[in-house]
Amino acid sequence: MSSNAAAPFWRAAGMTYITYSNICANLVRNCLKEPYKTEAISRERVHFAVSKWAEGKPEKPTIRSDTPEA
Amino acid sequence: MFRRATTLLTRSTIPLRARPFSTDVAETAPADSTFTDAWKKVVPHIDPPKTPLTFMKPRPATPSSIPTKLTVNFVLPYASELSAKEVDMVIIPASTGHMGVLPGHVATIAELKPGVMSVHEGTDVTKYFVSSGFAFIHANSIADIIAVEAVPLDRVDASLVQKGLAEFNQKLNSASTDLEKAEAQIGVDVHSALNSALTG
Repeated sequence: MSSNAAAPFWRAAGMTYITYSNICANLVRNCLKEPYKTEAISRERVHFAVSKWAEGKPEKPTIRSDTPEA
Repeated sequence: MFRRATTLLTRSTIPLRARPFSTDVAETAPADSTFTDAWKKVVPHIDPPKTPLTFMKPRPATPSSIPTKLTVNFVLPYASELSAKEVDMVIIPASTGHMGVLPGHVATIAELKPGVMSVHEGTDVTKYFVSSGFAFIHANSIADIIAVEAVPLDRVDASLVQKGLAEFNQKLNSASTDLEKAEAQIGVDVHSALNSALTG
């Protein structure tokens, strides 16, 4: 019924809160001093495989990873 | 927008079935008696399983007089920085500005912006730089602060902050799409907050 309050600039640009929050966290991690920086970056590494399902069967998975492909 | 105005204006202001506020609802979840009775009929010799709600500690009641200390739970996704620590005051970087929280603060939910959070206990002040998150202040002087990333200020490298600030200022000038502009703006905000945290 009433219009929503003025959206923050990132919401207006089409970004969700979680994306905004993750970008902020990554930027802060990149500004840390040395032992803490490598610790933080290794802690936040992700590696996962996503596959779409079609007609009851999984298709070829796409791997999303922060570890370099061996 | 005004199509329903007449219905809305003429409806009774006294709610027909008043919904209790969440602070007045019973603090312990009652065990589901229909479930336990049905279970006992089928499997009398095994205890009925507990539901997640019964594992939760009941919410502490709101004391009638203002407590002397604020209980702070400061958690990160990977660690619990402060767990039920009694302090005098915390200053949180809310998106509406730095907000001081004392015992007896009105119940508030605040979204945090990148900034410095300071915990004051007697004469000790511990400062953390918080990347973003939320602060839930309850009526019973318990504050739950959740952040994605929070570091003590001495772990921040000033030269990296300056480099990042220059880089994002440059990206802001050269950005074309809305999304790029937003990302560059976020970069500028975070780095300038880090900068003022280190110098201020």
